[in-house]
Order: sequence, then structure tokens, then C-alpha cells
Amino acid sequence: MATVPSTDRPVAERWYLRHAALVRVTHWINAVCFTLLLMSGLQIFNAHPALYLGERSDFDHPAMSIQARLSEDGLVGETMIAGHSFDTSGVLGISSEDGQISRRAFPSWITIPSNQDLATGRRWHFFFAWLLVLNGLVYFAWGTVRRHFDRDLFPSRRELSHVGREVLEHLRLRFPRGAAARRYNVLQQLTYLSVVFVLFPLMILTGLTMSPGIDSAVPQLLTLFGGRQSARLIHFFVASSLTFFVIVHLMMVLASGVWNNLRSMITGWYDLGNPRTPDVA
Amino acid sequence: MSLEHPRRRDLLWAFAATSGLALSGCDRVAVAPRVRSVLNAASSLTYKMQRFLIGAHRLAPEYSEADISPAFRPNGSIDPQDEDYLKLVGNHFTDWRLKVHGLVEHELSLSLEQLRAMPTRTQITRHDCVEGWSCIAKWSGVPLSELLLRAGVRPETRFAVFHCADTLDDGGESAYPEKIRYYESIDLIDAAHPQTILAYDMNGTPLTVRHGAPLRLRVERQLGYKMAKYIMRIELVQSLSGLHGGQGGYWEDRGYEWYAGI
Repeated sequence: MATVPSTDRPVAERWYLRHAALVRVTHWINAVCFTLLLMSGLQIFNAHPALYLGERSDFDHPAMSIQARLSEDGLVGETMIAGHSFDTSGVLGISSEDGQISRRAFPSWITIPSNQDLATGRRWHFFFAWLLVLNGLVYFAWGTVRRHFDRDLFPSRRELSHVGREVLEHLRLRFPRGAAARRYNVLQQLTYLSVVFVLFPLMILTGLTMSPGIDSAVPQLLTLFGGRQSARLIHFFVASSLTFFVIVHLMMVLASGVWNNLRSMITGWYDLGNPRTPDVA
Repeated sequence: MSLEHPRRRDLLWAFAATSGLALSGCDRVAVAPRVRSVLNAASSLTYKMQRFLIGAHRLAPEYSEADISPAFRPNGSIDPQDEDYLKLVGNHFTDWRLKVHGLVEHELSLSLEQLRAMPTRTQITRHDCVEGWSCIAKWSGVPLSELLLRAGVRPETRFAVFHCADTLDDGGESAYPEKIRYYESIDLIDAAHPQTILAYDMNGTPLTVRHGAPLRLRVERQLGYKMAKYIMRIELVQSLSGLHGGQGGYWEDRGYEWYAGI
């Protein structure tokens, strides 16, 4: 390809191998793991749908809880966060399961398995937690050796100075094309960096902190997160952040060209646009 | 749109249909025996990894008096109605004897008084329920290793099994419907661990019925369901397969992990 003069051959400029095979494979394994971990995690949460700060549970003063409560108008689903209560009937607290009203924190359509079954939920959770960790280790090792993080994820000083402009461009749903689309823009870089180096490591560490076995091996984890129940609370809210990331990520994929993005994450090839058309800046 | 693929729409439908199938199939897949056995591979990996990390001697964190939960939540059986047990409660456990049997050199039969006369260990530890909550209490009791030393464990022994006085109703939600008395088991590494005690006091007073009187197990590096209450006898065995559902414990027979360090 190097011998082809690019000015005469727009095809060579147009198709760009955006994602390495290892990134593609680990991306999809991670996507499956995250989905199943989220759904089995909500099953586990449902076994005791309340979160606390500190080492132990102060049952009368949870920091967050989801419950079914009998009010004058009948059964209502009530979600409480830091002392503020919200009526979440239909989704959180009470929801319909096989056509019947069911008292459960998260509804059956989002948990694995759909009925209340903590034992099975745990089996799924720990299996895919192992898979996620092993997959993540492969990705980290490869990314370090191949300098993927340095090259593609850490923004340069010059890129960092564009943050403001890129936020505006993103809000207008205007995405870079042509040569500018070869690199992740700085918003993507910062988002992926925090997902890869902050949110996923936090999920794994807070998850491990909930293990009484690990606590005897690494009691420093309890100090780091402020106790087992705090770790459980952080685990829940970081999972919520990751879910929010996935939703925005999917919206951005849709808005910036679903086929181009999907193709590049499956085959690697990303279409930079026809260089002869005038919309290339 | 410079690229036009006629098959795009078909692809989109195929994608939507597969995701739909995947989701609706999840439930059947979730409980299928073959899937279950694959998933269970993760627990033996966890067991090996944790045994490697915490070995035989690492201690569970211990807390201060100030950390003790004002209201420790009792779980599982809290008021057993088994006739034999009610009789024992009736005369304040004076007729209760702890039996140690199975693969031992000398069978033991010990009264509560004899147990209290043995070496004591007191520890303030965190109790983690499999449901997700935690409570902290102070426990006093005799280290299990003391009893095992006196009984003389035979070399082929692999597990200590705890047989309890309470018949637990699991609410009929499991695939293992037989009503049985609670039982639990641990390996000899946990059995010999210094914090593994047979507790008779909680927060400085004798155990109440709600918390497992007269004697309960503390295995501090595992979850609450391992910590059998209302203990009647300890059996040393080579294999767990001959007992009840064969998985080594009441909840294990109902799908929970035998190794509950996670």
C-alpha cells in the first residue's frame, strides 16, 4: 500500500484500519461480560436492596434503598437516595412479573435470572467477573506493549486545548470526518481513559472488597474504600456510571454513523468518507 | 450516504432478532444444568485463588468495641420449633452435649460447662451475609482446633461437618424440596484457622436462641451461611457426597457456593 501514490487513489485514503484485532475481540468480550454482570448484579442487589456507608449496615439509616411500601393508595415502589424519596412504582420497588405485581427492587426484565434467585445470580456474576478480569488483563498487557494507550488514548497537550470546541461540536452532533477522524477526539480519549483506567478498576476493586476472603488477604482495601458497605455502595454507583457511559456510547455510535462504527469494531475498517466530496474539511 | 448496501436492512433485522432471542433465551440458559456446571468452574477458580492468597494463617480483620452493631440481624432459623431442641431450651441446655465423631481417634461428648473450661478466644469481627449486608459483634468461644486436637483427626479426613438442631424452611423456592436440618461443612484449613471458633458468647453474654444457642460456628473468612447455628455434633469426613444433597451444606444443596469466601 505504501507504493501507491495516495493522491490518485482515494480508496487508500478512504479506508482506514481503525481498530486492531485484539481491541476488537476484547471489546466484544467486554461488552458481553458487562451486560451479564450488570444483569446478574441487579439480581444480587435485589436480595438486599439497600446501601450503607461504612463497614456495617445501619438498617434504619440506609444511604439508598429501593422498597415496596404499603400506602393509602395501595402498594407503591419507593426509591430513597440520601433522605429523598421518589415514587418509582412500575420500575423500581414494585413492577409487573408475568402479568402480576411483584415486590422487587429491579424489575424481572433486567435481572438474570428473571425470577428472584440469588444463588444463580451469583454464579453468573462471578463467572463473568473472572472472564472480564482475564479479558482486561490481556487488553492491558497488549495496550502497554503495543503502546496503544500512549498513541491512541492519552491526549497531547495540543489536543487537550481543544476540549471546549469539541464539546460544542459534539452537542451539535457534528463529528470529524476525513483525516481528522483517524484519531479519537479528545472527548473520546478522556472518556475511554476514565472507563479503562478508573471505572473498570474501581468496579473490580470494590467487588473484591466485598469478599471476606480477600479482606483477610488485603485489608488495605477496606481502608481505601471506607469499609465493606461503602465498597458495596461505590460498586453500585460506579456500575450506574458505566451504564450511563454505555448508553451515551451507543447514542454516539448511532449519531456518528452506526454502520461505519460497527464495521470498524468488527472488521477493523473505518470509512473516512470520499476525499473528493466537498464535505471533507 | 456514499455507500449503499442493499443488505443493510436485512442485517439490521438479523441483529435485532438475535438480540431478542438472546434475551428471551437467557432464562432457560440461566438454569440449564450444563450451563450451571460451566459457571461453577468459576467457584473452584475462586477457591484456589483465595487459598493461594490467604493461605492457612491470614486473619480476618478485627474491630473495636465501638464498631459493634447495636442491632445484629439474625438470619436463617431464628426460633427453631424442633421438639428435641425445645426440650434443650427448656432446661437451659444442661442436657445438651456436643458430639465430635466420624474420622477421629477418640469420640468426644462435651457439655457447655466443659467447653467453657477449655481455652477461649474472643474476637470482634464482621459478619457478611450472602444477601449483602454486614453486622459486627464480639464472639467468644473455643477454637475448633482445640477440639480437633483432643479428638485426634485421622489422616484421611478432609472436611468438618456441622450438624444442627434446626429444620429450616427455605420457603419452597428451591429444587431440593426435602425438609432437613441445617448442616454445613468446611475444609481442614479453615477448621484449623485460629479465628475459627465455636462461639457460646455474643457481645459478652450467652448466645440467645435467635443467634444460635447454645453454640454456633464462626468462620471469619467466609459468608454468614457457613456459620452454622444450634450445633449438635461435628462429624469428620473424607467426602461430602454422602450427606443430604451432597454439596456440603443446606444452602449449597440449593445452589450456593460451597466455598463462600466471596
